[in-house]
Amino acid sequence: MSKTRKITVTVNGAVCRRDVEPRLLLADFLRGELGLTGTHVGCEHGVCGACTVIVEGDSIRSCLMFAVQTDGCRVETVEGLAAPGKMNALQAAFHEHHALQCGFCTPGILMTATDMLKKYPLENDDAIREGLSGNLCRCTGYEHIVAAIRAVKAKAAAKT
Amino acid sequence: MKPAAFDYVIADSIDMAVVSLADGGGDAKIIAGGQSLVPMLNFRLLRPSILVDINRVGGLAFIEEAGKNIRIGALTRHFQLETSPVIARHLPILACAMTHVAHLAIRNRGTIGGSLAHADPAAELPMMALLLDAELHIASATGKRTIAACDFFLDALTVDLAGGDIVIEVVVPRLPLKTGWGFEEVARRSGDFALAAAAVTLTVSAGVIAQARIALTGVGPTALRIAAAEALLVGHVLDAGLTARVIDAVRAAIEPNTDLHASSDYRRHLAGVLAGRAVAAAWRRANASDA
Repeated sequence: MSKTRKITVTVNGAVCRRDVEPRLLLADFLRGELGLTGTHVGCEHGVCGACTVIVEGDSIRSCLMFAVQTDGCRVETVEGLAAPGKMNALQAAFHEHHALQCGFCTPGILMTATDMLKKYPLENDDAIREGLSGNLCRCTGYEHIVAAIRAVKAKAAAKT
Repeated sequence: MKPAAFDYVIADSIDMAVVSLADGGGDAKIIAGGQSLVPMLNFRLLRPSILVDINRVGGLAFIEEAGKNIRIGALTRHFQLETSPVIARHLPILACAMTHVAHLAIRNRGTIGGSLAHADPAAELPMMALLLDAELHIASATGKRTIAACDFFLDALTVDLAGGDIVIEVVVPRLPLKTGWGFEEVARRSGDFALAAAAVTLTVSAGVIAQARIALTGVGPTALRIAAAEALLVGHVLDAGLTARVIDAVRAAIEPNTDLHASSDYRRHLAGVLAGRAVAAAWRRANASDA
């Protein structure tokens, strides 16, 4: 065991102070230390996308970042998308379009979609598929996930 | 799939980072984006006793014009290169290459200096550094030095960096006027490492090719420039016959590995096809540009 470090991280708006070992992955910190088990751990080497969260506004793999590196940072997880019992527009679109089956990949895909909707024009389905290519789903075949994101995009475009 | 224990140092300057590296006596590693390093730590392929985190070093993440060159700080993330207006204007092939690097969540975090120092034999950035005749600036406890990309990549995952060295900046000459480019890659899945990729720039003067650069990745222990194929192009107008000779020269110059993903023969064939397409695209763009 190496020396622990005190970190202060703002997770979904709540300030959290913990002592952590430097080797503790952010994913394991969120799940084990904070009890935020919505962030899922799949491959643990950055391939599957299940653990994707947002740090300082950017989607990242929480299996490829150490908790100690987020000292002073804002972290958003799937639990932060909406208040308990509520859904934001993206979650509602996933519900409406049946964009999940077992749900294991869903938190990572929601966080990825949140970031890609912000950063890319997603002008067609190919662009949405490209944006999803770093998140593995073994149930849906992706069709309904693409449809859900397309619907959110269209709704946002109609508003502006 | 959890890393072995290590001590953790946050460097707030390059000086502190190189001193911490030196103190580690060869057993310390720099962590920047960590997108290649952390998987290796998780698998315990690497067990450094100290990680020196340079993410909080100021002034290392920038993209700026400097005369004929573009200076890129080592901590610049792939996503910044992908979306930078400066890169789009002066090095559009580099922006295109970045879209082939993994996925958004990786590109948000992975750094330019880290990718070059890691030197995966199928990665895009080492190929782009070779193609674009980039120069790397390196700091160590004993001072700074510069090295041309063509001298930097030595073997698979092996570069000309001593234990206490850190890449701090990459300097890339802007594309000359009347220069077209082509970038072609085939990977098993979107965002995977390339089975083979080709990148080309052609500079046209008085209707003929004045300068040709052809680089490949995924087909050898390091990315490669194919000088024999480049030489065929200079002084000529591109036509089908010349493209065919370039493809033959590319295939003759490489000795790809066979692995789980593709045979040597397949990779050699593919490299030729991709180089041919990239040369054709570069020729089209060079002749379409008014610049």
